[in-house]
Amino acid sequence: MRSPKSKTKRTAILPAGPPKCPTGIHGLDEITLGGLPRGRPTLVCGGAGCGKTLLGMEFLVRGATEFDEPGVCLSFEETGDELASNVASLGFNLAALIARNKLAIDHVYLERGLIEETGEYDLEALFLRLGHAVDSIGAKRVLLDSVEALFAGLDNESVLRSELRRLFGWLKERKLTAIVTGERGQNTLTRHGLEEYISDCVVLLDYQVTETVLTRRLRVVKYRGSTHGMNEYPFLIESDGISVLPVTSMELKHAARNERVSTGIPALDTMFGGKGYFRGSSILASGTSGTGKTSLAAHFVDAACARGEICVFFSFEESASQIVRNMRSIGIDLGRWVDKGLLHFHAVRPTTFGLEMHLVKIHKIIKEIDPSIVVVDPVTALLHAGTAFETRSILLRLIDFLKEKQVTTLLTTLTSGSDAQEQTEVDISSLVDAWLLLRDIESGGERNRGLYILKARGVAHSNQIREFLLTDHGVELREVYLGEAGMLTGSARVAQEANDASSALLARQEIERKQLLLQRKRKALDAQIAALKLDLETEEQESRQLIAQEELKVVKWEQDRGAMAKSRFVRKSSEEADGRGAKARGGRK
Amino acid sequence: MQTTPQQAAEPPIARWELKLYVAGQTPKSLQAFANLKRICEDHLANEYHIEIIDLMKNPQLAKGDQILALPTLVRKLPEPVRKIIGDLSNTERVLVGLDLRPRQLETGV
Repeated sequence: MRSPKSKTKRTAILPAGPPKCPTGIHGLDEITLGGLPRGRPTLVCGGAGCGKTLLGMEFLVRGATEFDEPGVCLSFEETGDELASNVASLGFNLAALIARNKLAIDHVYLERGLIEETGEYDLEALFLRLGHAVDSIGAKRVLLDSVEALFAGLDNESVLRSELRRLFGWLKERKLTAIVTGERGQNTLTRHGLEEYISDCVVLLDYQVTETVLTRRLRVVKYRGSTHGMNEYPFLIESDGISVLPVTSMELKHAARNERVSTGIPALDTMFGGKGYFRGSSILASGTSGTGKTSLAAHFVDAACARGEICVFFSFEESASQIVRNMRSIGIDLGRWVDKGLLHFHAVRPTTFGLEMHLVKIHKIIKEIDPSIVVVDPVTALLHAGTAFETRSILLRLIDFLKEKQVTTLLTTLTSGSDAQEQTEVDISSLVDAWLLLRDIESGGERNRGLYILKARGVAHSNQIREFLLTDHGVELREVYLGEAGMLTGSARVAQEANDASSALLARQEIERKQLLLQRKRKALDAQIAALKLDLETEEQESRQLIAQEELKVVKWEQDRGAMAKSRFVRKSSEEADGRGAKARGGRK
Repeated sequence: MQTTPQQAAEPPIARWELKLYVAGQTPKSLQAFANLKRICEDHLANEYHIEIIDLMKNPQLAKGDQILALPTLVRKLPEPVRKIIGDLSNTERVLVGLDLRPRQLETGV
């Protein structure tokens, strides 16, 4: 029990420094690592029309609506009605907040001509008014806009200065978190040097116009006792308030996930070890124009929407309906996902506003919609809105941001038709996790599309070039023909495949023919054998007959001999006697 | 037509409606009240009415007359409304502020 307690204590101690008061303004709390110094005044300065009052009002409104911290606005320039109508465009309903005692606006009006100054005075009434307003609604936040108007209304500057010092001290004493606005001076932050009195936190607003494109910027000039983002951050005044873009995250700490997400093309999944991209990774698809980058993206989005995931498609070249129509031609119906609210298109011309603004917009949209998949098509279009260096840094921040949000991102880049295809124009290849290269393969008077994976961090991926076919039912990947003639694609591949097919057919036919021949031979032999057998049989029969005849002959002969013998027997005895007589005769001789 | 005070023959009617805004009994507010009283007695005897408004007690009243600095003297009547801030120690300027003296280099109203 004790150890976790001490642990939480430690984490609470770690971000030591002054307690902070979240402004609720998109991005500002990130830059200031938690908000403005609580219980202290913050100076917001900048030129005319750069959004000081809006920032201050949003601070109050967010405080009242989101943090249950009522606020008082002491307005020296605009009346309550003017203020209300000004911020109504941001969707803030001041009248309702005032009615609910969440907000009090006191318009302090000073007209120099009507005031005569004689002798000593102080601004105690200002304190009393502010104090009264604060007490009446239990305010925690105060906006003084802009206190410098006092300098125009009153002559005695030394009194003013000492009173201002007292005012800021009073605010601190009452533990009010205050925004004090001030007009930017020539060489000073504010025309009347308010920065002398407010030293806890100073925020500078500014805007730049480069090539007719306006970019508002915010910079935290100082923040006593706290680290903060030092850069100039672009911000946007939009229909729902200000959003500041903390353009670079301070560290690389996004978690890496092992989950995979399908590319939407089964054959491509196979190339990525059978599973597709890592979730939360950033994928770059580069290629010359017309190589099918958008189609690749459409597949990815289509598959994601089919899984019920929310996607955002940022298009800098085509309108949403154009993309939907074009993708329908390859059999992908993105329109239904748009209707279902899963797919959000944001098509905007890159030159509409500056790079920073694009980034702010993208940030804002992503924060609002919270998609799991984002497509930016193509990022190179942003080059129209800035230099290559700027674009690169913007993309770096974008990729960082998306990774932090665990959004799987598919960026497409357009490479020029030159030979250096393995070099993206904005040179962001080192920032991405996977890089698909789409390229033209020219051969046999044809231009075909090839795809290969140039890199895929942490994935055992295919090293093969695949032919990339756009068919009416989507993208297909074919293995390219690798033969003696080298790599063949397109109709050369088809021809070669046909060739192969026909030779295979020939071989099959040859086999069949040979088998037939063999069969026939066997049949012929069988016939021969049968004939021979027949011959043999007849021969056998004949010879049997002959044998029988011969036997008969033999029998007859024997019979004849018998008869002869019988007849001879008669003669024999006489003959024997004769013989004997002769023998004896001979012997005697 | 001159708006400089004319010794009215009528019974004392407060033609001059003056409000002095102060915050508590500070030396400055006491000083201002004393100065005002003196000036009125000298220049507007019987024609004035001074109302002292203590913003410590009624801070909400500061809003109506757009009071910022203290002490502030507001001339409600005669119209137009005039405001004079400070402890009213410079009588000349107070008189100018109350239109009891023509402004320097300016035509009298």
